[in-house]
Amino acid sequence: MAALGPPLRTWRGLLRELRYLNAATGRPYRHTAAYRYLVKAFRAHRVTSEKLCRAQHELHFQAATYLCLLRSIREHVALHQEFHGKGERSVEESAGLVGLKLPQQPGGKGWEP
Amino acid sequence: MWRSCLRLRGGGRHLLNCPRGGLTASRGPGPKPPAHARAYAPPAAERKRFYQNVSITQGEAGFEINLDHRKLRTPQAKLFTVPSEALAVAVATEWDSQQDTIKTYTMHLTTLCNTSLDNPTQRDKDQLIWAAAKFLDTDTVWSPAPHLSSGSRMARPWHPAASLLVCILPAPGFSHGCRVEEPETLVELQRNEWDPVIGWAERRYGVKIGSSTSIMGPSIPARTREVLVSHLASYNTWALQGIEFVVSQLKSMVLTLGLIDLHLTVEQAVLLSRLEEAFQIQKWGNVEWAHDYELQDLRARTAAGALFVHLCSESSAVKHKLPQG
Repeated sequence: MAALGPPLRTWRGLLRELRYLNAATGRPYRHTAAYRYLVKAFRAHRVTSEKLCRAQHELHFQAATYLCLLRSIREHVALHQEFHGKGERSVEESAGLVGLKLPQQPGGKGWEP
Repeated sequence: MWRSCLRLRGGGRHLLNCPRGGLTASRGPGPKPPAHARAYAPPAAERKRFYQNVSITQGEAGFEINLDHRKLRTPQAKLFTVPSEALAVAVATEWDSQQDTIKTYTMHLTTLCNTSLDNPTQRDKDQLIWAAAKFLDTDTVWSPAPHLSSGSRMARPWHPAASLLVCILPAPGFSHGCRVEEPETLVELQRNEWDPVIGWAERRYGVKIGSSTSIMGPSIPARTREVLVSHLASYNTWALQGIEFVVSQLKSMVLTLGLIDLHLTVEQAVLLSRLEEAFQIQKWGNVEWAHDYELQDLRARTAAGALFVHLCSESSAVKHKLPQG
């Protein structure tokens, strides 16, 4: 069995991701279908008195997988917009990527008007 | 090299179903990019978000998604229906979370559903199983590197103008890792991390696998293949689409099985899949716009595939505990 940590942490992580998703649209995340579904699922599969409850572990696994999906997509999109989403880089930016700078010529290069 | 080519072909298949701006057919084609666009400009074909509300309805065949008053359709204009409510909610969330433009490359679950509904490559169940099982021969976890040493990663051809920094990045489409014979630390790392997973799979399915660093790889016993193929045959077509997707992302059958049997989390499976890359990052440094970018993409795809398999293969029946009188 994979170690997943406490379910409460997964739940909090999911709420955080839902907040990120709905921050742009401006609507409260509590009104979304995803929130309602998650609340229902988490409530229906609360800890039972059984020592080994496979269904609960399974649901927790799915929740953790969904959390991983949402988080990775958010970070992937952020990286995409930062590094890949703007088309061709300028010479200065390309140099900056590998820690270089273009040379400065204080007096100009001589051919400017 | 030949192995990477095979994988590239497999890994790119999902794209077939996802023409740019074409995830739904409820409207005409998106705006064409201007002719004067620069050579490397990002494609301007991301469509605007043309809907306000996303809702779910239960139809005869399953759950459907509505964008305002329109029904969501697949690229082949079939009605978009999914078998489970959880999957419908996840897909609706994907559509609802698009902001100004529809970024199809972030909608992995929608893509998987479209692939299952349309089946653009016209494959039946046996072909799907075969496509997943062929990775047994070149499984990341027990196969040797086709190019022998991990050091060769540094010598891979790249753009002529590549700087030293760029040279240590793996070219896209290459496998994430393989069994190596040197350096010693990486061999030990692979032994410590991969062997428990192989051991788990051998116990779980009662088969014999073993690992090898010889160029031909271990010869997988015929019985092992039979057992795993018959295990895969117990899944339905939807779940098999997801399994094949995950296998082609992780390049490993064993890691996929571990993910589906709840033995590994997505993070663990992805880490094990790109163990060699993690080792090289530790040694040479992390490059955010390549390593992290690939890592997050791989995680997102793997998580989407695993979730898809779980949601499509479960037949849940909630039994309430009777109150003890």
